[in-house]
Amino acid sequence: MRDQYEKQLKQLKEELVRMGELCEKAIGEAAKALDEGNLKRAKEVMEADGEIDRMEKDIESLCLKLLLQQQPVAGDLRQISAALKMITDMERIGDQAADIAEIIQSGKMTEGKVLAEIGKMARSAAGMVNQSVSAYVKGDRELAKRVIAEDDIVDRFFDQIKDELISSIAAGRGDGSRAIDQIMIAKYLERIGDHATNIAEWVEYSITGIHQSEELL
Amino acid sequence: MEDKIAIPQNGNQFDISALNLYYGNFHALKQIDMKIEKNKITALIGPSGCGKSTFLKTLNRMNDLVENVRIEGTIRMDGRDIYRDMDSIELRHRVGMVFQQPNPFPKSVYDNVAYGPRIHGIRRKHQLDEIVERSLRQAAIWDELKDRLHKSAMGLSGGQQQRLCIARTLAVEPDIILMDEPTSALDPISTSKIEDLALELKKNYTIIIVTHNMQQAVRVSDDTAFFLLGEVVEKGNTEKLFSLPSDSRTEDYITGRFG
Repeated sequence: MRDQYEKQLKQLKEELVRMGELCEKAIGEAAKALDEGNLKRAKEVMEADGEIDRMEKDIESLCLKLLLQQQPVAGDLRQISAALKMITDMERIGDQAADIAEIIQSGKMTEGKVLAEIGKMARSAAGMVNQSVSAYVKGDRELAKRVIAEDDIVDRFFDQIKDELISSIAAGRGDGSRAIDQIMIAKYLERIGDHATNIAEWVEYSITGIHQSEELL
Repeated sequence: MEDKIAIPQNGNQFDISALNLYYGNFHALKQIDMKIEKNKITALIGPSGCGKSTFLKTLNRMNDLVENVRIEGTIRMDGRDIYRDMDSIELRHRVGMVFQQPNPFPKSVYDNVAYGPRIHGIRRKHQLDEIVERSLRQAAIWDELKDRLHKSAMGLSGGQQQRLCIARTLAVEPDIILMDEPTSALDPISTSKIEDLALELKKNYTIIIVTHNMQQAVRVSDDTAFFLLGEVVEKGNTEKLFSLPSDSRTEDYITGRFG
């Protein structure tokens, strides 16, 4: 029954998974490039952002086609409208990973040690992205809630990194421009956490019809 | 007519409780409890044979004429039991009906609309003229037909015939209009005229519409009831029902996965 429709809905989920994987990979690769001081890897992250942008357009087009051709209602309507919102956040995540890579490329991040918390923060943020998409595909509300809760951990990493950088500058240790680059990277990661939270909130909507405690219809 | 505009209408037009209907041994409507609000459009949806048209017809006692029919339970209209406290003539005066196929009488446009009022004893020409004009205006078809009032209604297009039938229904000043798939025989333009008309008419009338067109239910109705195998699976706010149905059978039906 409605074979074409089922096929398109399946395709939507698959493409979202693929876009989520690309975002997760971009964050992981950016963190790795930072850790290794690897300019080539950083450049690859920047280039890969184009693919994420293309996927956003493809998924957008698929959602619009589904709305036009299938006039979805109920759970299907929620899934498709949630997907349309989610990809905007995913596209921003891609941009922010590319921004991190750009800092690595243009700054002095290849020299000397980087705060270990940045790597941990990147893993946490990448995990949030992965799990938010996974929650969508599985229709797993608990997982979406865990992603939302995880954002507090990412925020704490940010505060910790900021405090450490402030005290090292105050103590006259380290170099100011490196510290600024690191705080910017941490800020991008913190924003990625926020976008992953947005995604998880739309996943909750797709499951429950409630977005941030409000019924939308 | 005037009192209808002057009195704010709120509350329930129909209060149906423990309604069961049998055609012989076939249990067509099962234990239906439903309230239908005044000045709202209530859509009845469900697969063919689910009982929605049967239910619609219980509201003006059209099933009374069916052989071997047995009806249990109560249907109150404005507090009065329509099967016990009211005769069917009074009831049908207050509850008009529009059918799937436009069914004008083979008479002139004028005589179609004046038919009901004449039966109810109105004979004066100027009064009938007034009723005909008012009803055709309410049915959003006056401008198209004012110069053809004395031509045969059979020469009108399907969409015009259906609006004429709505005008004919309005002429006897009912409170409620039942519509049984009123646009299924019409093209998209005529369909949207009927839908706009329904939205306009609900200011003064309570409308109950059976439709197989889900998008039509979403577009025009305030409340929707989903029927399945003679039961009401779910009834509630239309936007809610079509975005977050509470029963998985409703979800399966409206998303086209039923069966």
